[in-house]
Amino acid sequence: MKILAIDTSNYALGIAVIDGEKVIGEYITNVKKNHSIRVMPSIERLLLDCDLKPADLTKIVVAKGPGSYTGVRIGVTIAKTLAWTLNIPLVGVSSLAILASSVGRYYQGSVSPLFDARRGQIYTGLYRYEDAKFTTSVEDQILLAKDWAAQLKESSEPILFVGNDLPLHKSTLTDILGSQALFAEITEHNPRPAELALLGTDMEGEEIHSFVPNYIRLAEAESKWLEANKLKD
Amino acid sequence: MKKDQYIMGIETSCDETAVAIVKNGREIVANVVASQIESHKRFGGVVPEIASRHHVEQLTVVLEEAMEKANLHFSDIDAIAVTEGPGLVGALLIGVNSAKALAFAHGIPLIGVHHIAGHIYANRIVTEMKFPLLALVVSGGHTELVYMKEHGHFEVIGETRDDAAGEAYDKVARTLNLPYPGGPHIDRLAQEGEATIDLPRAWLEEGSYDFSFSGLKSAVINTVHNAEQRGENIAPENLAASFQQSVIDVLVKKTALAVKEYKVKQVLLAGGVAANKGLRAALEQEFQQVEGIDLVIPPLSLCTDNAAMIASAGSIFFEKGQRAQLSLNANPGLDITTHNYQQ
Ligand SMILES: [Zn+2]
Repeated sequence: MKILAIDTSNYALGIAVIDGEKVIGEYITNVKKNHSIRVMPSIERLLLDCDLKPADLTKIVVAKGPGSYTGVRIGVTIAKTLAWTLNIPLVGVSSLAILASSVGRYYQGSVSPLFDARRGQIYTGLYRYEDAKFTTSVEDQILLAKDWAAQLKESSEPILFVGNDLPLHKSTLTDILGSQALFAEITEHNPRPAELALLGTDMEGEEIHSFVPNYIRLAEAESKWLEANKLKD
Repeated sequence: MKKDQYIMGIETSCDETAVAIVKNGREIVANVVASQIESHKRFGGVVPEIASRHHVEQLTVVLEEAMEKANLHFSDIDAIAVTEGPGLVGALLIGVNSAKALAFAHGIPLIGVHHIAGHIYANRIVTEMKFPLLALVVSGGHTELVYMKEHGHFEVIGETRDDAAGEAYDKVARTLNLPYPGGPHIDRLAQEGEATIDLPRAWLEEGSYDFSFSGLKSAVINTVHNAEQRGENIAPENLAASFQQSVIDVLVKKTALAVKEYKVKQVLLAGGVAANKGLRAALEQEFQQVEGIDLVIPPLSLCTDNAAMIASAGSIFFEKGQRAQLSLNANPGLDITTHNYQQ
């Protein structure tokens, strides 16, 4: 089993190869540089360093969003093409789940991973480990950070926040949640591609042709069109 | 005996997801195009974000269909040629990244192709090129006269200073309440009418091969507007015919002048507007009888965006040794002359 994991859904770019027993190689950067230029050379370099050929791969796991539309599409396009042409299974994992899974494994409570979604909004969900099983208690969604904090306040349980965009929303979260809000250290904010690979290890392969990113949101023109056509009915 | 060469072409620069396989640069083995036009019609034009989403949905499906039609394995493919630009950046990215993944997975050379070079090379599938030649490229995004002294060498001698001819067609179509895309509708309507309305022709300064269509477009809009104010009815078929005549006059006259100055042996028509019946007829009338000049007009399926044209251009660039790295990026502002220096 040689699983290749690809995450280009946000600024962090991550590539990993794991074989179930161990993480063979992992590459992460967190810089504002063009993913389209760097992903394939990064995959090539990692496989070369790990003495692997494309034909050695047995599965592709990709971060399917949410995140930057373009970023997610680059990873998903490469993952779909590789899985199709190498004739191996393709699995998609929530980009938010990757963050929550690695930081939540040794934490007794709920984790809220987040990415900035502009204009005060965030992409987030709520995850936790229950009896050593990783579970989703609130599905990935987009909403205002202040609305999310207000929702979480009702539960009055401590929430661990994680993600590179935390500095943009930390004050909003603290203002509303006070000491109920806990924040992960900077070393946890880059989604680990090895974690992505691990999450995908036991998941069943999906239909490759129809595989699409989880954008969460419709394209703006699409939602406006639906709105306009609903009014006509 | 020389081994046959098979090039795979991938094209996603706008709203067609296309994959083709071309043998020895000239013979189509597979040519699959998935059009998104039905989806974009709702919006009266191509919406970039939606185009990108559709490409992600379609690309592996189209790849599979092309490979099945060709009945080939990737071990038979000599190179992957992909549209690098110009076009919609988000749309181009899908083709480029998929092409890179394929090239990497199978250790096949990768070639970046300029979209317009592709349109020009669609002609090579019809007939072998004769140099020097002149290509008139007319599409939704382009109006250019390209001079080629040899394979893989491009010189833009004239281009539009404002709207592309295809853009002017779409805007005039909107003024006449015709559905998107407007080109075919105006062309059809023009066949039924007569060019009775006086509209301007932008010749620009003496000796220039550049084009300008925004003045003509405004003149059409004004004509309709003024008639409405006077409560008059303009026959739309006559307006369409007059508009089309004006566009064609300029395109054909400038091409004819360039043909003389550059002493070319072949005139090629390329780009989506090459499907226009009026333009085809006018070019045929101008050049068909001229000795020493061949006029080549590809069939409709090769005029609109497709990947066979990308593979055909890629075949020449492959022979010339042009190779792209895995760092190849989509380049919406790509210049066609970049091909000239990669020999
Ligand atoms: Zn085109």
